[in-house]
Amino acid sequence: MTDRPEFLRKVYFRLPAIGIFVGGLIVWEGMVRIFDIKGFILPAPTAIAATFATETSDLLAAGAGTFSTALAGLLLGGFLAVFTALAAARWRFVRDGALPFAIAANSTPIVVLAPIANSWFGLRSPLGSIFVVAILVFFPVMINLVRGLLSVEASEIELMESYAAGRLATLWKLQFPHATPYLFSALKVAAALSLIGAIVKEFFGGSQERLGQYITTKAGLLQFEEAWAAIVLASLFGIALYNIVVLIERRVIPWHVSVRSA
Amino acid sequence: MSALALRGVGKVFNPGSDQEVRAVHGVDLSAERGEFISVIGPSGCGKSTLLRLIGDLTPPSSGTVLVNGKTPARARLDRDYGMVFQSATLLEWRRVQANVELPLEIMGMDAAERSRQAAAMLELVQLDRFANHYPWQLSGGMQQRVAIARALAFKPSILLMDEPFGALDEMTRERMQSELLRIRAETGTTVVFVTHSIPEAVFLSTRVVIMSPRPGTITEVVDIDLPEPRSDDTREDQRFFELLTDVREGLRAVEDS
Repeated sequence: MTDRPEFLRKVYFRLPAIGIFVGGLIVWEGMVRIFDIKGFILPAPTAIAATFATETSDLLAAGAGTFSTALAGLLLGGFLAVFTALAAARWRFVRDGALPFAIAANSTPIVVLAPIANSWFGLRSPLGSIFVVAILVFFPVMINLVRGLLSVEASEIELMESYAAGRLATLWKLQFPHATPYLFSALKVAAALSLIGAIVKEFFGGSQERLGQYITTKAGLLQFEEAWAAIVLASLFGIALYNIVVLIERRVIPWHVSVRSA
Repeated sequence: MSALALRGVGKVFNPGSDQEVRAVHGVDLSAERGEFISVIGPSGCGKSTLLRLIGDLTPPSSGTVLVNGKTPARARLDRDYGMVFQSATLLEWRRVQANVELPLEIMGMDAAERSRQAAAMLELVQLDRFANHYPWQLSGGMQQRVAIARALAFKPSILLMDEPFGALDEMTRERMQSELLRIRAETGTTVVFVTHSIPEAVFLSTRVVIMSPRPGTITEVVDIDLPEPRSDDTREDQRFFELLTDVREGLRAVEDS
């Protein structure tokens, strides 16, 4: 158990953020009531909260569908990115051949592939969404990891050479651990991207049990409380996914400046 | 067979271009097993390049280098070298013990043997209590001692050190020097040591090699006949001061020329 002063100190530390959150909700609620803002423009927080209670099962089903698609795409894209980055760090020709295109692809709005994915994988298949998310995630993770793998100090490479270490040993014992902070900062960006990709893809059709379809359908039916509840849920899933990455990061790289505690 | 034999060794960077630099030129030097050779000279005199030529980190442009009778490349593959640089270059994700084990891991030693060997080395540099610390939790001097333990862990026959104590304060520096001499007495390793400190070179060495820049070449070799084992009293010995003067005059001759 945490001792009490430590716990109080943490609460104290978070007071400004808690204050702004609660204050923001109160201002929002007050504005909606005082100016009688219509629900299709902005529903009150209490109305959205009430919708959560009535629509729980539909919302959770849609949320779970979207979250699992985003997670699958994140894992697939992430793994492919790691393998490609390792190959690019190991073989110069892979790097010189692939990296310019990767950097170019990373500057394009890949999410525009979403409507096309339907014609490739079929409207009902989750593979279309996973595909869009995986591509979206792949490039930033791959490029950042390559950057990390190649940013080791010359003196560290020479140290490995002085031990007559092979290329693989250097990659595995020096370059990859050195690059893990780069990998995690890319994964944190990718976590948000994966939900964006999944939801945008769902805007273009597919199963009703997805947040993207849920939001467009409810908005079309002028049921804005439901649409807003789904938007809040999507945000919560985004924050959750980000924090999962952060938790793993803390376990994997406790030594790094961004994580070290004592 | 001598531990080190250099004949007519030269190194030219960017040959033929207008940025050509003759970093090392016509160097002849040999060392017997167990000798402690310091290389001293003003910055840009090629002393670090000379060390890199010996350690196979850069190939010579001319002449031959033999280490234990072998080419530097062969010697490196045979793991004859332990190297210590000015910065400790510890891997920040490895704890102290794991840093010392790194070369042993690469050499394929089994885990139990590795752990025993690394623990013994940490004891040698008197850091066994810090085996589970991360490098950033240690002071600069302690990090450098870990680097020395790591360099000695696989019992290399020759230790190459490039201003290893250059970033340390004077007090720590003198303690590290005494420690290095004690470690060397225990291991019998041949040492080539690059420094720009005259007292450091004299205190540590069996011979001090003085180099001059443009082109980097050896101008004088001073034999250090201080009695062994050396201690803090050595630093106050009359002979120590005489040798300091010898080396200083050798360096002055370099600067005046």
